[in-house]
Amino acid sequence: MEDSSSLVGKAHPFAAMEPEPLRDPLPLVLHVPTAPHRPGDTPCFAPLPNQPGDLPRPDTLAPFGELREHAVGLIRVLGDDGTAAGPWQPQLTPSQLRSGLEMMLRARHLDARMIAMQRQGRLSFYVSGNGEEAAAVAGAMPFAQHDLLFPSYRQAGLLLVRGMPLLTIMGQTLGNKCDNTHGRQMPMHYSWRAGNVVSISSPVGTQFPQAVGAAMAFAYRGERRVAGAWIGDGTAAQGDFHYALNFASVFRPPCVLHVVDNQWAISTHRSLSTGGATLAARADAYSVPGLRVDGNDFLAVYAAEAWAIERARRGGGTTLIELVTYRRDAHSTSDDPTQYRAADEFEHWPGGDPIERLKRYLIQIGQWTEDAHRELRSALEHEVAATFERAEAFGSVAHGLAYPPEAMFGDVYVELPAHLRQQLNELKSEAAPPEAKCSILPFEDQNRRAAG
Amino acid sequence: MPTMNMIQAIRSGLEVMLERDATVCVFGEDVGYFGGVFRATQGLQQRFGPQRVFDTPLAEGGIVAVAIGMGMNGLRPVPEIQFSDYMYPGFDQITNELAKLRYRSGGEWTAPLTIRAPSGGGIRGGLYHSQSPEAYYTHTPGLCVVMPSNPYDAKGLLISSIESDDPVIFFEPKRLYHGPFLGDPEHMLPWRGQPEAEVPAGYYRTPLGQAAVVRPGEEVTIVTWGTMVHVAAAAVQETGVDAELIDLRTLVPLDLATIVASVEKTGRCIVVHEAPRTCGFGAEVVALVQQHCFYSLEAPLLRVTGWDTPFPHAQEWQYMPSRERIASAMRTSLAA
Repeated sequence: MEDSSSLVGKAHPFAAMEPEPLRDPLPLVLHVPTAPHRPGDTPCFAPLPNQPGDLPRPDTLAPFGELREHAVGLIRVLGDDGTAAGPWQPQLTPSQLRSGLEMMLRARHLDARMIAMQRQGRLSFYVSGNGEEAAAVAGAMPFAQHDLLFPSYRQAGLLLVRGMPLLTIMGQTLGNKCDNTHGRQMPMHYSWRAGNVVSISSPVGTQFPQAVGAAMAFAYRGERRVAGAWIGDGTAAQGDFHYALNFASVFRPPCVLHVVDNQWAISTHRSLSTGGATLAARADAYSVPGLRVDGNDFLAVYAAEAWAIERARRGGGTTLIELVTYRRDAHSTSDDPTQYRAADEFEHWPGGDPIERLKRYLIQIGQWTEDAHRELRSALEHEVAATFERAEAFGSVAHGLAYPPEAMFGDVYVELPAHLRQQLNELKSEAAPPEAKCSILPFEDQNRRAAG
Repeated sequence: MPTMNMIQAIRSGLEVMLERDATVCVFGEDVGYFGGVFRATQGLQQRFGPQRVFDTPLAEGGIVAVAIGMGMNGLRPVPEIQFSDYMYPGFDQITNELAKLRYRSGGEWTAPLTIRAPSGGGIRGGLYHSQSPEAYYTHTPGLCVVMPSNPYDAKGLLISSIESDDPVIFFEPKRLYHGPFLGDPEHMLPWRGQPEAEVPAGYYRTPLGQAAVVRPGEEVTIVTWGTMVHVAAAAVQETGVDAELIDLRTLVPLDLATIVASVEKTGRCIVVHEAPRTCGFGAEVVALVQQHCFYSLEAPLLRVTGWDTPFPHAQEWQYMPSRERIASAMRTSLAA
């Protein structure tokens, strides 16, 4: 038998050599980034880079290499003085602009009302998109209705653009009879097939590569439709971001991928999401155009979006858009941002308020007035409050079940399999379930219901 | 009728569905030009073109995710995960997205995927080419879980899976690709000459949710699936025990009625699977049998399974349930 010492290896002489002393080494510490401003700090942001007109608007089929500066700079249309300038000015009529303003305001009133209702115990939970209305509304407006959108949960404005009624939006958050998803998901996890809006889930980022797959299906069938998807800066750290970009880079499907860079993922500042300066710059590694846009500039968001959609529709493949904005409210009603960031940070945000900026522009071009704005606000406030009263009349998770307990067995499979029927019978044979509170069933599809 | 091994039968199933349904597309790692590392998709790209049968990046999470996006947008994708051991990067997409899509959207959105994945041991694949991960998926409501044990069923079940509007995880016991496995690694058997290798060239379905009674018997019921169907059959033949052998074929939905009818007759039940024992699908079968057949039982319910260790390389044949272990379990059951 062979001597077992021959199985014991020995390091190669090179590896055993004494290492040379390092030249001027930096201190070896684990670098853990932190947020720029913490509670008690006086926030101070650098001004926005670039001015309107700094960045050219290439043809929508330009090679991605012509857009490298757009991925590290910032596409702007509305300047610091509130005027619009530069090649990225979108072709929008005053009435389209007013409609955009109205949808942004409706989204803001919706968010404010829902947070108030949650505080009163009339809603379990809410997530506000306050301050990000341009990203949601101008981000959705240039899409055709037959395009397919994969939003995140902080984009009520997008749903309004796609025609989802306020009553249904509120019904979903209440888990009541107006909820087209039958009370199954937490608030804000909407689905709106009628408006080609895909069901939203809580695992962040999963929709990014799914949107690429949906766009691949458009290409597969030769349909000139586009898929759009939105995630946040925190989510850009997920593998799904890279799956999406990589498949988009390989298969070049008609897709527009967005990162709504709102600086905060609950308490995680974007400096912990990426060590890179911009998220759009990642696009370069995947050979797709990256556009970094002032996300609080309605006109710039619309223009960048329209460019990317046209590129996708013409066959130019996928674009990554980073919308630079600021999350003004807490992550959710379960969060307290005063614990981790300067309370007035949003007031110092160089991008300002997207609604104020579009309003100022419309007034400047003589298409809007302070009086009209006041009237619109008051009308929307009334509309939102009244709709919530109507929505509550259809029931609420907070006040008993709007759906019979057996409704939970539906839609797990196309048909109720034997083991679920057995479990449903077990449930029914226990305490008699409480009666449904409301007899009006706007979305009740008796054929699909599990309950016998 | 043509004779096919399991690879040819699966390929034939894919071919039939690619031909019948323009929304069916097939993709995955090495699936397109090359035709798959197990050759299951050989020739399909040449026949149906690179838009319908194509290669993807090496990213199982991405493969499943784009398949979901395609599925919710009108296609019927049949992605391949090269080995079931590599499904985990796609686990979030499978369990949190695919399985819950219909439910969470109130039926508005669905993705009728069939995810094919070669599974199980017996090919000297070590830890990462031998796993039987079916219990992760049977534990996830919203998924169907299928595992054929022969060419005829493989094609019929694959066609049913592709046509199903529910998502299906389709495990292919890779040890059975080229022949039945009777538990003796030295003894390679071809499919040729086996009745289950007589596979129609065209379209036919083997329904999901129906077990097969491979061998009727009176003394003890053996419930199993995949490669272990053949090992158990060999053990039964060797021992001469009059066992009733049930091949589940589909784990979800489970054909409980066939199991219950059999155990009520025999009064004894052994579950055999390759996967590790703890929380394996055998635990579910055993729990159901004791609940539904308690007053018919003559003996404790037994499980013969892989051990609760990772799947080893050198000790592969000590890990996988053997004829001897199954025979010993039958003796124990009959002696009780």
